[in-house]
Amino acid sequence: MISFDFEYHKPASVEEATHLHKSLRELNKRPIYYTGGTEITTLGRLNQVNTGAVIDLKGLPECHTQELISGQLVMGVGLSFTRLLESNIFPLLSQTIKEVADHTARSNITLGGNVCGQIIYREAVLPLLLTDTQAMVAGEAGVSHQPIHQVFNRQIQLKEGEFLVQFKTDEAYLQLPYLSIKKRKQGSIGYPLVTVAALKKDNQIRIAFSGLCSFPFRDQKIEKILNQNGVALEARIEQAIQQIPHPILDDVEGTSEYRKFVLSHTLLDILTVLKGEGHV
Amino acid sequence: MYIGASLIRKEALEKVTGVAKYMDDYHTVDMLHAQLIISEYAHAHIQAIDTSEAQKVSGVRAILLGQPSPLTGEEIRDRPPIAFDKVRYHGEPIAVIVADTAVLAKRAADLVHITYKPLQVVNSPRDAIAANAPLIHENLANYKRIEHVYPEPNTNIADRTKIRKGNMERGWEESDVTVEGHYAFSPSDHAAMETRCVTASISPDGYIHIATTSQAPYMVKKLLGSYFDIEKGKIIVSTPLVGGGYGGKVAVQLELIAYMASKAVGGKPVKLYNSREEDMISSPVHIGLDAVIKLGCSKDGLLKATQIKYLWDCGAYSDKGATISRAGAVTCTGPYDIENIWCDSLCIYTNHPYATAYRGFSHPELLFAFERTMDMLAEKLGMDPMELRLKNAILPGHKTPTQVVLNHSNVGNVPDCINKLKRHMNWDEGQCIPIDSRFVRAKGMCCIWKTSTIDTNSTSGVVLTFNPDGSINLLSGLVEIGTGTKTVLAQILAEQLKMDVNQIHVRMEVDTQTTPEHWKTVASRGTLMAGNAVLRAGDDAIRQLKNIASHVLACSPSDLEVAHGKVSVREEPTTFLNFKDIAYGYQYPNGHAIGGQILARGNYTLRHLTHIDHETGAGKPGPEWTVGAQGIEIEYDTRDYTYRIVKAYSVIDIGKVLNYKGALGQVMGAMSMGIGFASKESFVFDDQGIVQNPQLRTYVPPHYGDHPQYIVDFVETPHIDAPFGARGVGEHGLLGMPAALANALSKAAGVQLNSLPLLPETIWSAKKAGEVR
Amino acid sequence: MYSSETLLQVNGEERQVTIRHADNLLYVLRERLGLTGAKPGCLNGDCGACTVNVDGYPVKACLVLAMEMVGRTITTIEGLRDTPIQKAFVENFAFQCGYCTPGFIMNCHSLITKVPQADDSTIKDWLESNICRCTGYQEIEEAVKSVLLEQRGT
Repeated sequence: MISFDFEYHKPASVEEATHLHKSLRELNKRPIYYTGGTEITTLGRLNQVNTGAVIDLKGLPECHTQELISGQLVMGVGLSFTRLLESNIFPLLSQTIKEVADHTARSNITLGGNVCGQIIYREAVLPLLLTDTQAMVAGEAGVSHQPIHQVFNRQIQLKEGEFLVQFKTDEAYLQLPYLSIKKRKQGSIGYPLVTVAALKKDNQIRIAFSGLCSFPFRDQKIEKILNQNGVALEARIEQAIQQIPHPILDDVEGTSEYRKFVLSHTLLDILTVLKGEGHV
Repeated sequence: MYIGASLIRKEALEKVTGVAKYMDDYHTVDMLHAQLIISEYAHAHIQAIDTSEAQKVSGVRAILLGQPSPLTGEEIRDRPPIAFDKVRYHGEPIAVIVADTAVLAKRAADLVHITYKPLQVVNSPRDAIAANAPLIHENLANYKRIEHVYPEPNTNIADRTKIRKGNMERGWEESDVTVEGHYAFSPSDHAAMETRCVTASISPDGYIHIATTSQAPYMVKKLLGSYFDIEKGKIIVSTPLVGGGYGGKVAVQLELIAYMASKAVGGKPVKLYNSREEDMISSPVHIGLDAVIKLGCSKDGLLKATQIKYLWDCGAYSDKGATISRAGAVTCTGPYDIENIWCDSLCIYTNHPYATAYRGFSHPELLFAFERTMDMLAEKLGMDPMELRLKNAILPGHKTPTQVVLNHSNVGNVPDCINKLKRHMNWDEGQCIPIDSRFVRAKGMCCIWKTSTIDTNSTSGVVLTFNPDGSINLLSGLVEIGTGTKTVLAQILAEQLKMDVNQIHVRMEVDTQTTPEHWKTVASRGTLMAGNAVLRAGDDAIRQLKNIASHVLACSPSDLEVAHGKVSVREEPTTFLNFKDIAYGYQYPNGHAIGGQILARGNYTLRHLTHIDHETGAGKPGPEWTVGAQGIEIEYDTRDYTYRIVKAYSVIDIGKVLNYKGALGQVMGAMSMGIGFASKESFVFDDQGIVQNPQLRTYVPPHYGDHPQYIVDFVETPHIDAPFGARGVGEHGLLGMPAALANALSKAAGVQLNSLPLLPETIWSAKKAGEVR
Repeated sequence: MYSSETLLQVNGEERQVTIRHADNLLYVLRERLGLTGAKPGCLNGDCGACTVNVDGYPVKACLVLAMEMVGRTITTIEGLRDTPIQKAFVENFAFQCGYCTPGFIMNCHSLITKVPQADDSTIKDWLESNICRCTGYQEIEEAVKSVLLEQRGT
């Protein structure tokens, strides 16, 4: 159980939330915003999360939006995986998040919580990275919209007192061909060896990875290599793997060499399907 | 009537309504809470323990540190209950906080600062016996120990058991074909859903009350008494329903700490509850093994000789590890007639969490090694692997590795099991069948057997008390850990007394002061021992019923018959008395009363068990050998090296099915556990001996959907000494799963797979290493 | 400031309770309300032994802060009596030690209620959330399917 004490707060508006965060900071309570909370309960018990006050954003109506508004899919950070899967408005996101956790846990894992999580995988961000998604950020100065790559680089990058409110994805992306595959050490439960999410836009494949390195990422150079028309798939894949720009994980799930092996046939399956050259 | 019937277990309704209570469900307001502080190192000197910050936390009532004595351990007393001077495994308890609440205890525990001086880590059995290996137990020579364990001072060898049967020189001479294999796997975990939990309190007159989720409450009583020099009659241990044991809850560990904690706070009740991480690494684990087996046969496939070396990774302390390594020698091979056997089975200290009993007790481990060797031999011979087993099946008249002569009762029917398995698996259609260019179907099989290696004076008692309505209370020290054996005891009694089983009330909870002892709820011996105790108690009850009835009915007891809740004159059944008329003796119309509440008892001790000879291993450690044949069918992806277990088979000679659905459940559950152990369960250690996966999200047992189609069948060769001829099968479903899976995968992958777990990465790695068939 | 006196709706009853803000729902149910049916197995969301029902959905009580449950409708195993799934678990021998059973029954009950047409892959998706260490899952599968089938028949 969690051995330290904290205050629980549930503001009803964005302003109330940011003001609350400021006053709690001034009282040295080291406040944290949250929507899902599973890392508070599971990492808090191991003292890997420590705080004097939690601010539950689920009281903000904006955090629960799941709607097409003016050509954009607006998704609140408080949407649970269960709700996202029930609506299935964003199929690539559905396919990715379904593998993140078991069915029951999905009721408590949220879009924002997973993207902003401490645990290295943050798989829900992969579809957002692939679709030029916008992030709505709230802070003391007010609300702003920024491209995902500006607020997320390996992990969420926000200033003190800021929090994510919503993600906005252009509707056009939702219909594009996609495929997300998660490979594990064994069976269908557990952390990833590699998770690869991809879509095809304007005949170009976009691809993002989690579990391969110690953070999720998308890389232009890798995409360029994988999109080389006229080069055999296997050759592209081999070249791409050699160009992975970050150290490949070697951990309890598997060695880095084995991860490369798994990645190579996962990429083969993805390219084969998205290039329209076969079925998986 | 009831034998064979799928009677629903007595405690079923409690379990599906949330009413059933387990250790942590019991809570009293006056209870204090203990929190362990565990070692971050696998091998280190403890230089300093700074508790100054912890002491300031309000509500802290005591802080316990390790002491040089008592040292504990069931065979060798090598283990301080709380680490003293040095730590020997990652997770070892180093200190204990006792506080008013669990939160305060943990808060204080987080403030304890320990300074370690790391020592070189012994990270495998091979490392442990290498020249210049660091000594884990420098003082091995001076530890107290039981008579029949043989530690080797100035080494990391806690025990060595030898099997020397036949003439090895002649055996190798007669071997036209030989193979040799090397097998290895790390320790793993029981992962019962209920973690270990105990409470302890001491009354002003010195009675010690321990409540614990244990498979061995009577052993807790004996050991606590011995270790701390306390009169055993003043120790009362109680055990409620247990949420799974699988051998893990045989270990006596937390009870000792809880007792010490209670003593430190003047006898107040203290609860000690394991988090999942603590349960996995601080409390003892499933033993690991490094094995080398050489096996030889004649050119027509008759086994002639085998040389075996088992290096058991028993971890930092020997406790039950020495017994497991001995059991491994006692069986050492598969169920085959082999005249010439040379086996050295060593219990080896390493800086890993220490081992305790695990379902199968050395058999899943050794059968993995031996049955892989059998398959490799079959391949080299060019013989069908099932045919090789059939040809060599051990039979009545043959001798076991410890030279017990087998007969039609003390061993089951191996050929029958194999033949049934063959039919079920459709073995003759082939064992490696392509589905398409990428996927292949493959089958693997093996034979299994097991006897028990428990104390030669192990005993089990049953007391029956009658109620005024003629119903009976059945009291047995067997713990209900999920096997359903307590319900089977009621079935046995109901059958014997020819009465309605609903009139038999089984007490589920066990308390060592008022419930007769059942040695330990282990070894698949519940049915044999407690079942026989029931029958003897039943005989006693019948005798007493007839005695009272004979007075009232003015006849001889031998004229009477007991059935359907009545005692009646055999020849004139209309002359009878109901149980309720005599359950409390009998009162005549004039007021005279005879007899009293009927209290019947029965006791059973295994007969003629011996220790095994230190030089040859000859002896009789167990009453019988239960046998079987098992198989697995997989669908294997030749591109990705992944696979799916499609079907899993067990044919076991059960002697007599007592509760059909119950037996099926035990076998399938054990198969599932065996599949988990074989396919993915293993602790992952880094090079400093630190466990990388002490959580259920990184150590993943089988989940729903992983399960194959189970095909379970029984053969019935009675064990004459047992109730209705029945053999216990709590463990046997597990025994052959690793070997069968490895045999199937080795065929499918075209490479010898001799390590566990059988992950796709393991297969990929083996293929890269080029051990091509 | 670190705890609150509040009300929880549990098993159709309004229960007054003091909640320490850092406590999870499982702790509050077991230690404050005496509802020990939901069990601690890992306190990490990995095993499902703590599964209860919140507004009709299965929820792992160890994963949620109890404070979040104010205003929600909670059902625990103690709130189920004589349901078809409990009967089916008994008749199909779908448990042995019984420790995982309350969690499994809560999950199955939600599944049967929410997805009466559940196919094999849906059943697997839901029930993968719970670990049973004693059985091989075959009896649990039979129990769940027997209730789904019977429901479809009526």
